[in-house]
Amino acid sequence: MKKEEIIQDIKHRLGNDIIDFNDRSERRVYITIRKTVLLDLAKHLFSVIQARLCTLTGVDTRQGIEILYHFSIDELGLIISLRVILDKPNPEIDTLTSLIKGAEWIEREVHEFLGVNFKGHPDLRHLLLKDDWPEGDYPLRRDR
Amino acid sequence: MAHKIIPIGPYHPLQEEPEFFRLHVDGERVVDIDIQIGYNHRMIEKISESKSYDQVTFVVERICGICSTSHPFAYTNAIDDLLGVQVPERALYIRTIIGELERLHSHLLWLGLAGHFLGYNTVWMWAWKCREPILDIFERVTGNRQHYAMFKPGGVRRDMDEEDFPWIRKTLKDLIPTLDMFKGAVMDDPVIRARTEGVGVLTKEDVRNYCVVGPTARASGVAIDVRKDDPYAAYDKVEWKVITYEGGDVFSKLVVRILEMYESVNIILQCLDKMPKGPIDLNIKDIPPGEGIGRHEAPRGEVFHYIMSDGGNSPIRHKIRAPSYMNIFSNKKAVIGETISDATIILAAVDPCYCCTERMAVVDYKSGKRIMDGEDLIRLSQEKTARLKEQFCK
Repeated sequence: MKKEEIIQDIKHRLGNDIIDFNDRSERRVYITIRKTVLLDLAKHLFSVIQARLCTLTGVDTRQGIEILYHFSIDELGLIISLRVILDKPNPEIDTLTSLIKGAEWIEREVHEFLGVNFKGHPDLRHLLLKDDWPEGDYPLRRDR
Repeated sequence: MAHKIIPIGPYHPLQEEPEFFRLHVDGERVVDIDIQIGYNHRMIEKISESKSYDQVTFVVERICGICSTSHPFAYTNAIDDLLGVQVPERALYIRTIIGELERLHSHLLWLGLAGHFLGYNTVWMWAWKCREPILDIFERVTGNRQHYAMFKPGGVRRDMDEEDFPWIRKTLKDLIPTLDMFKGAVMDDPVIRARTEGVGVLTKEDVRNYCVVGPTARASGVAIDVRKDDPYAAYDKVEWKVITYEGGDVFSKLVVRILEMYESVNIILQCLDKMPKGPIDLNIKDIPPGEGIGRHEAPRGEVFHYIMSDGGNSPIRHKIRAPSYMNIFSNKKAVIGETISDATIILAAVDPCYCCTERMAVVDYKSGKRIMDGEDLIRLSQEKTARLKEQFCK
């Protein structure tokens, strides 16, 4: 599949659920979507287009907690970053672990640094912070 | 049934990449594994937010002591992506040479350690001896054997002296017979094959599911390589091929790494021939608001950097994902069902910091009594090799 086809397909699938679309350069695309459609779109990217989940980036911004899901389509060298914006103070989103095993650690990390609750995650223990790190203190939150 | 637990790790603070494996064993078989990381977490992503864009290059260089250029490489790619600039061609060639020299020395280091853990201490000594000339090249070109400080956003910090090129060419060509020797030693040795073939297999499906990258993925026949897929630096200006192998076991990972070293030599020699004259730096002053993603194929796989800028002096978010982060997690799949004596080499096959295994101990879960320590486990692995050697020599 070519890049244009993939993008047209995503636009067609999501319709009004796309909040913002940024075709930044030949190999970088950023799409802001509603969080309700994330799981379906991730499933499409992972299972049909055979994209690989690189990682998640969580950012605390004025709008809320932004999470970027970076998917790499290796045949095209293309990275599609899906951006969802979650409301503070209790950000919540569905987990991808049922779909992609490799998301387990990535989501644990975002959870402990930004306090995002991944619904359905099998194991949200601390990954990088020590076990006795204070509950509810998230190092990458800007309102600490 | 209560299983015994073998803790491996956690770490020695002087080694990079500490981790803690808790193997649940039933007799000799590993039935489950719990992996813990974070013992040496330094929160570099947060530190980065308080440094200027130029300083960040030095900070990220210190993430890893072995592949120290991988992170500056990916970081500068991310900044170049954010700016949308074209870096001077000479700088691209220099970046490529540094990246490939690093792959050479890192793979040789791994090969030596793998040899040691299998009970081939000669391989260990030889591999590390052969690694020295690569470090000599680094010292001549950059002034340092490690932490080369060559990269900066928009270019490189130092030029390469053309007078050194003949000597670099010769040093690299002299490495080829050594690589041939290692290739023969690994591919033709029945004992190494018996120890590594069919051990710790990751299937293509596992690779996709665990999002594995680098040689660990390529050894399962998945041809992903950022250098080819998303070309940067001078990788699309030289001829080379992505090495893959179908087995998915430890043997395949050995083969992929050895064959990749030939490609690295090949890439560097072409870069030395093709490098144009000209400027090496764009002298970037300001970073505008925006975001950028940079990737680099490090010796262990894809390094991923994401930068978000608000137009100030420092990034407002800098996400870093190292390849071992994905690869170590895949041990959860590879090691289950194998024996304790094979666990060392499987855990090592993804090339995490191996030194952690030096601190292994087998503890009786109920009494907490120490049964075996790291040296005993290495001995166990080496004895298995010795037994096989006898068997094959008969």
